[in-house]
Amino acid sequence: MLNYILQRVGLAIAVAFTVSLAAFLLLNIATDPAYAIAGEEADPEVIEQIRIRYGLDRPLWVRYLDWLTGVLRGDFGVSYYWNKPVATLVAERVGTTLTLAFSALFVTIAIAIPLGAAAALNRNTWVDRLALWLAVSAQAVPNFWLGLILIILFAVMIPIFPVSGDHTWLHFVLPAFVLGASSVPPVMRLMRTGLIEVMGSDYIRTARAKGYRGQTLLLRHALRNALLPVVSVLAVQLGQKVGGSVITESIFAINGLGRLALQSILGADIPTVQILIFLFALVFVAMNLLADILNAALDPRIRIR
Amino acid sequence: MSRILKHPAQSVNTVEQLPPSPGQLARTRAWSHRGFQIGTGILILLILVAIFAPYLAPHHPFQQSLPNRLLPPVWVEGGNWTYPLGTDQVGRDYLSRLIYGTRVSITIGLSAATIGLLIGVTLGVLAGYFGGWVDHAVSFLLTTQLALPGLLLAMALVFFIGPSLIVVICIIGVLHWTYFLVVTRSATQHIRSLDFVAAARASGASSRQIIWHEILPNLSSKIIVIFTFELGIAILAEASLSFLGVGIQAPTPSWGLMIAEGKEAIFYRPWLVVLPGMFLFVLVIGANLMGDGLRDITSPEEKS
Repeated sequence: MLNYILQRVGLAIAVAFTVSLAAFLLLNIATDPAYAIAGEEADPEVIEQIRIRYGLDRPLWVRYLDWLTGVLRGDFGVSYYWNKPVATLVAERVGTTLTLAFSALFVTIAIAIPLGAAAALNRNTWVDRLALWLAVSAQAVPNFWLGLILIILFAVMIPIFPVSGDHTWLHFVLPAFVLGASSVPPVMRLMRTGLIEVMGSDYIRTARAKGYRGQTLLLRHALRNALLPVVSVLAVQLGQKVGGSVITESIFAINGLGRLALQSILGADIPTVQILIFLFALVFVAMNLLADILNAALDPRIRIR
Repeated sequence: MSRILKHPAQSVNTVEQLPPSPGQLARTRAWSHRGFQIGTGILILLILVAIFAPYLAPHHPFQQSLPNRLLPPVWVEGGNWTYPLGTDQVGRDYLSRLIYGTRVSITIGLSAATIGLLIGVTLGVLAGYFGGWVDHAVSFLLTTQLALPGLLLAMALVFFIGPSLIVVICIIGVLHWTYFLVVTRSATQHIRSLDFVAAARASGASSRQIIWHEILPNLSSKIIVIFTFELGIAILAEASLSFLGVGIQAPTPSWGLMIAEGKEAIFYRPWLVVLPGMFLFVLVIGANLMGDGLRDITSPEEKS
């Protein structure tokens, strides 16, 4: 077990470094940061001065190492656009995005698990078909459009929720639903196939033979095992929620990391953008690692492999 | 259906009776798969709309008419049949722009999914066939790609390189190959261990010949299934980028961009947002239903 964990941690660290390299290189090759600071029409002399002032005249790999050592010490650089340390910008907004991500995860769980279980227990009936059609539809709905439709329905036509902002919990209801809905199809399908498999297994037949019926059978024996794979997928989905916050936060004007990312891109603010890409990737790597370890802890076959 | 039903009757007369071929079985299943029929129907219809857009659109998609700004659709009070779905902020016919939007979405979807296919299948077949360090390297690349926040990276790259049709296609394509890779890699590992590959190798075929003539033809149905799914994903990615202002630029009629433009008037003219989203939804659900159907038809053992 320890061996397996160490191996996964080593891989996660290697991926984290590669991701930092990718985030830095892609952005610094795609554009010249000096032009991004000064603007496209700036004087060549001004550009040259900026290059020297910001240390952009040094070779790319020196700049990367400089940036990386800074990041490891917690120094994320200074934003060109906001004129603030990037670390401050991130610290101000990280709580909002985490609140949104966890509320979205709650929405996913509250919809996907009962729906998947209902579909599995009523296999090939209208319940099952309805659940599958919902999943297919949810996969085809553009996230940002769903957000706008909900604004039209529940903020304009029937004004229950506020249109935008992040001051009270009411502000988070619609965004959490939009962000959570996108994870419903995969989690629901997994719950459904998992429960169908478990219900057909030998130990359930044994439990039935021993006289367990209905709720006891379902709750004490079947659900617990069907939920195991779902838990690790939920960890991965939580990592994706943070990345998915870009669209949701932009639509509902929530001042989190996702909106910061869009604003920084449109402001050509390379230091902020590269940190955010790196941080979002780190969250994903961490959640994946957590999922791997959970999987191994719950299923001994994986760690022996 | 009738071909299959005839078999028992024929077997009375003929001595040797062949079971139905995989192709025949697949066709029979296709005829009875409703999701596949609906999906394929939607996709064919919208591709035809894209091809014949100039003949179908009642107006030119760029033609502005300032006296006719923000007209409502015909079923809302104040609408008229000259502009069946109304007009936008600068008086362009909304139906014509929606029809031309089909072109943008389908062109980008097909091209980006093709780029993803080329990258993913190449890496997947190489990793699956050669194994060893090639497999390790490709797996590491896969893990890294999965970790990167795709939408955010696409937004940043498109913005910094400069938004244009080609850039949007290339960036979306380059970021959407993992699904192709995962499936072709494991399928190649499986096929590689089968007898006919060993036979080909024994008869002196090179790795290259085996990959082209033995492995790729056997992957084709799986690749087509993923392609239809990725088509939907790429179309949604383009719409998201254009909606956020870092994709297709005005005045090109992209559905995502139209939703962003319509958002300004969402309180009084919701149809400006609702209509392009419905087109997008129908196109993507068509692709997904076709993909689901193709998977059920070509490999029913994976049906859930």
